[in-house]
Amino acid sequence: MAQTPAGDDSPEQQWREAFEAAPQRDVSFTTLSGTPVEPLYTEADLPENADEQIGLPGQYPFTRGVYPSMYRGRLWTMRQFAGFGSAEETNERFHYLLDHGQTGLSTAFDMPSLMGHDSDSPLSLGEVGREGVAVDTVEDMTTLYKGIDLGEVSVSMTINAPAAIMLAYYVVAAEREGVPPQQLAGTIQADILKEYIAQKEWCFPIDPAMRIMGDMIEWCSQQMPRWHPVSISGYHIREAGSTAAQELAFTLKDGLTYVEEAVERGLDVDDFAPRLSFFFNAQIDFFEEIAKYRAARRIWARELKETFGAKNPKSWLMRFHTQTAGVSLTAQQPLNNVVRTAIEALAGVLGGTQSLHTNSYDEALALPTEDAVRLALRTQQIIADETGVASTIDPLGGSYFVEALTDKIEAEVYEYFKKIDELGGMVAAVKANYPQREIADASYELQQEIDSGRRVVVGVNAYTEGDEEQTALHRSDPAMERGQVDRLNAVRARRDGAAVEASLVKLREAAAQEGANLMPLLLDCTRTDASEGEIVQALQDVFGKYTESPVF
Amino acid sequence: MTAATSTQKIRVVVAKPGLDGHDRGAKIIARALRDAGMEVIYTGLHQTPEQIVETVVQEDADAVGLSILSGAHMTLVPKIVDLLRAQGIDDVVVTVGGTIPADDIPQLKELGVAAVFTPGAPTQEIIDFLVSAVGEREPR
Repeated sequence: MAQTPAGDDSPEQQWREAFEAAPQRDVSFTTLSGTPVEPLYTEADLPENADEQIGLPGQYPFTRGVYPSMYRGRLWTMRQFAGFGSAEETNERFHYLLDHGQTGLSTAFDMPSLMGHDSDSPLSLGEVGREGVAVDTVEDMTTLYKGIDLGEVSVSMTINAPAAIMLAYYVVAAEREGVPPQQLAGTIQADILKEYIAQKEWCFPIDPAMRIMGDMIEWCSQQMPRWHPVSISGYHIREAGSTAAQELAFTLKDGLTYVEEAVERGLDVDDFAPRLSFFFNAQIDFFEEIAKYRAARRIWARELKETFGAKNPKSWLMRFHTQTAGVSLTAQQPLNNVVRTAIEALAGVLGGTQSLHTNSYDEALALPTEDAVRLALRTQQIIADETGVASTIDPLGGSYFVEALTDKIEAEVYEYFKKIDELGGMVAAVKANYPQREIADASYELQQEIDSGRRVVVGVNAYTEGDEEQTALHRSDPAMERGQVDRLNAVRARRDGAAVEASLVKLREAAAQEGANLMPLLLDCTRTDASEGEIVQALQDVFGKYTESPVF
Repeated sequence: MTAATSTQKIRVVVAKPGLDGHDRGAKIIARALRDAGMEVIYTGLHQTPEQIVETVVQEDADAVGLSILSGAHMTLVPKIVDLLRAQGIDDVVVTVGGTIPADDIPQLKELGVAAVFTPGAPTQEIIDFLVSAVGEREPR
């Protein structure tokens, strides 16, 4: 609460005196991100132009939500991320989720696929199909979505460095089912800057990676009107240990950088900005998260309108997917994670998310079991259908605390923007390890707070129970890796090797040529059944590889 | 405390084998060990078992901490341990940290892994373990 003048006997002053006279708990009242929290917020904490800043849903600056009707019109999309083992196994899980009321698909790829390695690469040993689905060729992509109408269901793919290749696979897989790219709806993550900042799955150095991404966005803006060619992601930045403000600042700056690049290519901002989407984390600090989403919408709308001069109101809208925080899950007393996830999911909903993934309680140690996934989905359904929170738009709008916290996060984000601009923009800042260092510092500080007991994590540093029984875990089938390698070899045996080689030669030539868009060539490589590893290798022949100089 | 158990003398390689990019834990541990006075060499991400063993040899490390959150530990750890043995190295303390299911821990220990630290392990516990495990070795 803002301080009142001394000697004042207003109700506020009387409250303050009474509050200060009362005993207080000896803990640090800060958010998870370390922001001090006042005991009380009042009207005095709102900005002078509060009406303008808060506004109404569906109206600039969209603090209260991007649509006028929000969940009164349509609930958020319940989109559980899934992927493990072979394309066939993941396809079964997709059908299971659709049968249980899920409304969109979200695909997790395995580490070799994320890094551009084929399943038979020595680097892939032990990792094939382990943390996601293994996709080596367009044939795997076809199997992955078998029996699912790609013209109807929206599909999200979490892949970044090789995103353009996976998109080419998807487009060709759909093409073979008779669905043209114009009808495909969904999202590919393809947010390459956050890979260097946080998730650390890369194939190429930063500059060519930015080019490939730009090629894909450009191609999508012409060929795939229903497709979101990038999901600008803070999720991994947060998981890597950032604060809420850092998550927002680095993510928004990444997004603004992509807009800048596209505009520099000669695209009209209004031709692609409406297709940009975002992906945020939902951590356990309830109000801080809600404030974060509200600040995010406002900043994005302002930057697109004021800085980039976007005229189409759709360009100003920040639509986002939310996932509850994997790092908030504990291996100890895993059922506690059900509660954490429910609270985080509620924050995402009260923050106005367009789609939501709820983590399963058993994910601190392995991929989720089917029962745990169903419970996670049921958590969303309980929030949607039982709690009543979806009946009113932005029910926390106007809350003194939430509005003050929204303003605070917004101000912190602009501080970061300033520092990044001073470093020469986001690409230069990432090359200089600036966001990486900020995140490493924040995560180290938080760990020290937890280790010292200043921050309580239930079941970990408080209310512990000693040795516990572990719940049943999902186990990968060791035969899976062999099977995937066999499938890849079968494709290699039956395809036209000369055609593959010819398509890769053309891809290398185009890569060496500035200004050539690589998407059509990637589609040609896909049609010859070239594998992901072969395509990545061809591009690395021209672009080279990336090596990080880590900061800690 | 003898010279051999002084944290100042402990050289530890913190390594990220395999393809997973989850380096939050590895970097926190690297920093905590450094703050505790150890000499820390962090390999960076996506290291092959061969690269890690080479680093251990070149740095003349007392201990190596392997951070794995990809589920590939039962493939990667045995390979690294075998390669260390093949180099004639049997006095480097090998620890593993990450998302390791309880069922896998006895098998890892049988391979010669001195300790496995799972999510939630306090950094002090890891520091204390290294100080005592490195101190208990036969003098070199």
